[in-house]
Amino acid sequence: MYKILVKKELAPSVQLFELSAPRIARKAQPGQFVIVRLNEEGERVPLTIADFDRAKGTVTIIFQEVGASTKAMGLLNEGDALLDVVGPLGKPTHIENFGTVVCIGGGIGIAPVYPIARGLKQAGNKVISIIGARSKDILILEDEMKAVSDQLLVTTDDGSKGQQGFVTDQLKQLIDAGVNIALVVAIGPVIMMRSVAEVTRPYAIETVVSLNPIMVDGTGMCGGCRVQVGAESKFACVDGPEFDAHQVDFAGLMARQKMYLPQEKHHQQHCSDQQGGSCKCHSH
Amino acid sequence: MSFSLTKHKMPEQDPQVRAKNFNEVTLGYSAEDALNEAKRCLNCKHAPCRQGCPVQVNIPAFIKQIKEGDAGAAIATIKEVNSLPAVCGRVCPQEEQCEKYCVLAKKGEAVGIGRLERYAADRAGNNVQAIRPVAYPDKGQKVAVIGSGPAGLTAAGDLAKLGYKVTVFEALHAPGGVLVYGIPEFRLPKDAVVKAEIDNLRKIGVEIIVNAVAGKTFTIDELMEEEGYQAVFIATGAGLPYFMGIPGENLNGVYAANEFLTRCNLMKAYKFPACGTPIHVGKRVAVVGGGNVAMDAARTALRLGADHAYIVYRRSEAELPARQEEVHHAKEEGIEFQLLTNPVAILGNEQGWVRALQCVRMELGEPDASGRRRPVEVKGSEFELEVDTAVIAIGQGPNPLVQSTTKGLETNKKGNIIADPETGATSKAGVFAGGDIVTGAATVILAMGAGKKAAAAIDQYLTAKRTGQTE
Ligand SMILES: Cc1cc2nc3c(=O)[nH]c(=O)nc-3n(C[C@H](O)[C@H](O)[C@H](O)COP(=O)(O)OP(=O)(O)OC[C@H]3O[C@@H](n4cnc5c(N)ncnc54)[C@H](O)[C@@H]3O)c2cc1C
Ligand SMILES: Cc1cc2nc3c(=O)[nH]c(=O)nc-3n(C[C@H](O)[C@H](O)[C@H](O)COP(=O)(O)OP(=O)(O)OC[C@H]3O[C@@H](n4cnc5c(N)ncnc54)[C@H](O)[C@@H]3O)c2cc1C
Ligand code: SF4
Ligand code: SF4
Ligand code: FES
Ligand SMILES: [Mg+2]
Repeated sequence: MYKILVKKELAPSVQLFELSAPRIARKAQPGQFVIVRLNEEGERVPLTIADFDRAKGTVTIIFQEVGASTKAMGLLNEGDALLDVVGPLGKPTHIENFGTVVCIGGGIGIAPVYPIARGLKQAGNKVISIIGARSKDILILEDEMKAVSDQLLVTTDDGSKGQQGFVTDQLKQLIDAGVNIALVVAIGPVIMMRSVAEVTRPYAIETVVSLNPIMVDGTGMCGGCRVQVGAESKFACVDGPEFDAHQVDFAGLMARQKMYLPQEKHHQQHCSDQQGGSCKCHSH
Repeated sequence: MSFSLTKHKMPEQDPQVRAKNFNEVTLGYSAEDALNEAKRCLNCKHAPCRQGCPVQVNIPAFIKQIKEGDAGAAIATIKEVNSLPAVCGRVCPQEEQCEKYCVLAKKGEAVGIGRLERYAADRAGNNVQAIRPVAYPDKGQKVAVIGSGPAGLTAAGDLAKLGYKVTVFEALHAPGGVLVYGIPEFRLPKDAVVKAEIDNLRKIGVEIIVNAVAGKTFTIDELMEEEGYQAVFIATGAGLPYFMGIPGENLNGVYAANEFLTRCNLMKAYKFPACGTPIHVGKRVAVVGGGNVAMDAARTALRLGADHAYIVYRRSEAELPARQEEVHHAKEEGIEFQLLTNPVAILGNEQGWVRALQCVRMELGEPDASGRRRPVEVKGSEFELEVDTAVIAIGQGPNPLVQSTTKGLETNKKGNIIADPETGATSKAGVFAGGDIVTGAATVILAMGAGKKAAAAIDQYLTAKRTGQTE
């Protein structure tokens, strides 16, 4: 059992858990993820390691309540525990002193970008971060990102905070202003990552994205997480999750992410039909 | 008593009924069946059957004990060399092993050795207090076992009984390896058989740590250099699914057999939404391949509600690598065999979902290096097999996670760990390996045999180390 030491609601339906997981904390690096399971009936849910503390033996996850499993997890409190947490999985972000790097996080994608930005900053890079969300109430980790960035740019779709528009608008402005960008790291909705790739492609700016296809084991055993990268089919859980954005087949990824939509809707319906809206199938 | 040339039948669920449920297909012998079947054994002096068994179970001895009504003694005999009789009795390819060499097979049907082995295990499990906690000698040395499939579990059990402090590290959230995530419930009941065996191991002091991925959560070198493990047995299996490399394999609705079976067996997707993991089946499912894995996937698809489940295999029936019994059961349940058929592409619709398998018919040509007649394409025979799901079951290779993170561990071209077949010793001192990670995908009993040999070799290695230290 992996105890929830701290729970924080960062925004409506966005939860932070600090979990006791000493073995994982010892090895965790930016860019890696864990797979968690709520209880005996639970599915295996991949979540990025948003932070870790080797001394305390904790890892932090930040998740958006989007469906049955994440909603059920959101009902847990400090002192409760997750049945299974395995990791750290995936390859760590390649971190070195590149020069000037731009770290882009969209929506819940800000959570995985945070430790990467911090790592890049510690390695001596000039870190310019661009974070964006639909509106200011759901913008997370602004202070944390500010603390690890030389410059922080904020965008919201509705203009309630920072510049109105998309993260790509800010990125274009940096490029147009002649900033010499050595690397862009972008994590967020697939559409956002694809747009970033299209912005940097003409300039041949190295661009890395973190992919989140549907996973089961996370160790290269099932093949369910495969994505087309260039001419090759890769397993995101072991070959990634980070890949060269200019090589990724984003359309294929988006199609595969929708594979279980009918079942997922059905499950949510099943859960909300239970008394009090609390999901019977995830009770413990 | 009249002597019979045929094996006593084992009661089974009706094919029509069982094709819709996940309960075990075969129901096991009654005491009377077992007695009558045991009486068929001639108790041969030379016992040729034993030569066919990879671990040389003392077959005539245990069958005699069944004849005498002592299932407990029979199971003790089997357990001298085979720690998972309830599993082997069910899933060994007996017709290729022990039963193939039975003298009765020359004139009629072999003695039902597997069925009797299962009977002994199930009976002993029900009647005898399975395992008493025993105070094994404590040799004060720690051994790590990586992977909890049959190879790892067997080695762990043997080493614990020899007095070593054994910890099994398993990547998944449940121990058992393929026995849990691959072989379906209807062939190998998880709670009654596999979990019971694992509980027995825990009772004799084996520690099992799940959610522990060697190469990620820790490395073998760390276990040995920082955590005080003096020997390591690597038994990580053949868990890497192969694809065909044909167009369309990344379409929605295309699974590797590993994923399809894992969703169903380990994650219990057949109980969705009560269990959280979904699975997609549809009405028409094609499974590509002809081994046990393919049969399991096709039969699982039927049970998940498919109207048509096809086996698409490029050679003929005679070459099907699956156990005969599984092929027979699959046919009874209504699996449709598209033999001498090779998929050349997977076709999708506009939404990115598989809609058909484009296939070509094959005919058998000249024998190849393996002596099997090589299938060659029949010109102009292309056709589309309409499906909503395609499962690729053409084989699995070694997962590189451990090999790529362990210093000085040699592998062959395919990526399998190179290990001495008699001892499991690898190129790295103190590190042993066995089971599918060494041999490539094989069988439960071979993996167990490798676990046994490695345990003995590890004992020798650690004994030398221990006595060397104290001298
Ligand atoms: C490497 C990786 C890192 C991730 N990191 C984060 C993170 O830090 N924070 C966060 O909020 N989310 C993250 N996700 C996504 C998260 O796993 C899904 O939101 C979650 O599984 C949804 O489960 P659900 O049952 O609540 O919703 P559902 O209604 O079941 O699914 C909603 C959508 O989530 C996706 N999804 C469903 N099951 C899986 C699965 N097993 N694996 C991956 N995606 C799935 C599908 O696209 C689906 O349509 C990550 C995914 C991956 C692969
Ligand atoms: C669907 C299917 C049906 C089969 N049917 C039969 C049959 O009828 N009869 C028969 O004899 N054989 C059958 N086999 C083959 C048989 O199951 C295998 O040969 C046998 O299980 C191999 O045992 P093993 O211990 O080497 O590996 P496995 O059973 O594969 O176990 C390996 C274990 O190691 C774990 N692991 C892997 N990597 C790591 C890591 N880095 N860190 C920690 N743990 C790790 C895995 O999660 C797994 O639990 C079948 C196989 C499949 C897939
Ligand atoms: S272990 Fe397998 S091969 Fe050996 S006797 Fe038993 S069923 Fe036959
Ligand atoms: S060969 Fe057949 S008849 Fe002879 S001992 Fe073995 S099982 Fe019995
Ligand atoms: S999640 Fe199974 S191979 Fe990547
Ligand atoms: Mg879900």
